[in-house]
Amino acid sequence: MSVLVFAESWNGSFRKGTFEAITFAHDTAKKLNFSCIAVTLGNINDNINTLSNYGADKVISVNSDFDSCDNKGMSSALAQVAKQENASVIIISNSNTGKCIGPRLSIDLDASYISNVVETPSESSPITIKKKAFSGKAFEIAQTTSSSCVLALSPNAYNITENPNPNCQIDTFDFTTESSNVTSEKVEKSSGKISLAEAEVVISAGRGLKGPENWGMIEELADLLDAGTACSKPVSDIGWRPHSEHVGQTGKAIAPNLYIAVGISGAIQHLAGVNSSKVMVAINTDPEAPFFKAADYGIVGDAFEVVPRLIEEIKNFKANN
Amino acid sequence: MNILVCISNVPDTTSKIEFTSDSKAFNTEGVQFIINPYDEFGLTKAIKLREEHGGKVTVIHLGEASSEPTLRKALAIGADQAIRIDSESKDSFGVAQELAKVISEQDFDLIITGRESIDYNNGAVPGMLAAILDLPFVNACTGFALSGDSANMEREIEGGKEFIKASLPLIIAGQKGLVEESDLLIPNMRGIMTARTKPLTVVSSNGTVDKSKSISFEKPASKQACKMVEAGQEKELVSLLHQEAKII
Repeated sequence: MSVLVFAESWNGSFRKGTFEAITFAHDTAKKLNFSCIAVTLGNINDNINTLSNYGADKVISVNSDFDSCDNKGMSSALAQVAKQENASVIIISNSNTGKCIGPRLSIDLDASYISNVVETPSESSPITIKKKAFSGKAFEIAQTTSSSCVLALSPNAYNITENPNPNCQIDTFDFTTESSNVTSEKVEKSSGKISLAEAEVVISAGRGLKGPENWGMIEELADLLDAGTACSKPVSDIGWRPHSEHVGQTGKAIAPNLYIAVGISGAIQHLAGVNSSKVMVAINTDPEAPFFKAADYGIVGDAFEVVPRLIEEIKNFKANN
Repeated sequence: MNILVCISNVPDTTSKIEFTSDSKAFNTEGVQFIINPYDEFGLTKAIKLREEHGGKVTVIHLGEASSEPTLRKALAIGADQAIRIDSESKDSFGVAQELAKVISEQDFDLIITGRESIDYNNGAVPGMLAAILDLPFVNACTGFALSGDSANMEREIEGGKEFIKASLPLIIAGQKGLVEESDLLIPNMRGIMTARTKPLTVVSSNGTVDKSKSISFEKPASKQACKMVEAGQEKELVSLLHQEAKII
């Protein structure tokens, strides 16, 4: 038996979430005493051997061109490989691509589907696993009731570790894609340099910033820390920032190592989307802001004074470290 | 244009999430239920499409009779008719199979769901539906325009957006952007009155057996008290983040 993991790529490059998924698959396979097989779809420009660094025992490369929207084709290729390799656990990253493929794949394989998982299975028979629920307000212990399952790993929930396997074997798998009735026409990069879901540091701001013209300091702070930028719901609703930056219960759920919230009061809906962050810093003029109950560090003060000073201090810190 | 909007009945976003004393189920006591916010964007989009292109908007939901107020609200907002599949709540697989059966007996041009429900967040029903019904599927859809027998769409991807073309019939899983927050419709008195007489059909469950189950729930571990740093002492914050939190 084997654990199969989809080594997701975009434009031929693996993502951070790919390595999280491989590490997770390696650890799960070890627990179950299975082998860990990574599958790549389409042309890969990165070195496929890197997958063995994170614990793949075998890499199967599906040589076919997939349209980035052809979730049916990708799912069907993965299903064929899973059957060939007798895989009973299939792992994907719960990324935008993963979310399109995972549910389809579970139907193709007649398998259980559990998404947003954050830990390796606590029991193997049946697979019992912890996942996020209620938009970050709780965790659920879920159990599969079929003999096979597709598990979608929550981004930034599982630490990447290296488990080099020098004997990793690389195989190819022939698959012919059918013409897809969903096609990608073009891709547009958003202004933020770093994808929010994968960002290790996120700088977020709310209505306390008074207007979109004041985001310069947020972007400067984000640049300094290689961070993604985010915002509260009201800010995206009034159009100060794009919807893609809205984090919270009805926006994106994120789990960076560091989340700095500037001028965000910390409504329950906002906290739901960000409370998986490892460390949270709140900067707010109102000492009663609910964010201070959830944050690890807080500064009560005017963002227009605190943030520029913080930028200076981080520059000093970087100069000395 | 015949549009179906799949509706999930979820706890209000302001709800405190509590579980029963055995931690086995969500405690619904005192909880207000609403149309899943992602589905509400889809419902509003469906009504706009009907205004532009004509046709009918049907909403569908799987649940017990207690969820009917949510369906009535969808009718008050502007859906033409509602279907309730009479069943206890099911997992994503169960819901998708039940929905697929009803959908396969009718003729929809467009099926809209939310990207996920804000309670169990599995985000699986639309993709599963697409697989069962063998329809094209676009997830995290943030823009939709009809052009003849096909649709031009936008979807969110990591670090950007993608422009997509697909033929109808089609399943999309929507979110904000499909319509804006300010486009969301609040039922008016006339809407509420007419909703009472709009058809709400109850169909029986096809008895699909789930493929997963909930064992228990837990709340995230509570955090230690927030460490406050005086304004003006940002240097201290930086050193705390470096030395104590080891994050920078």
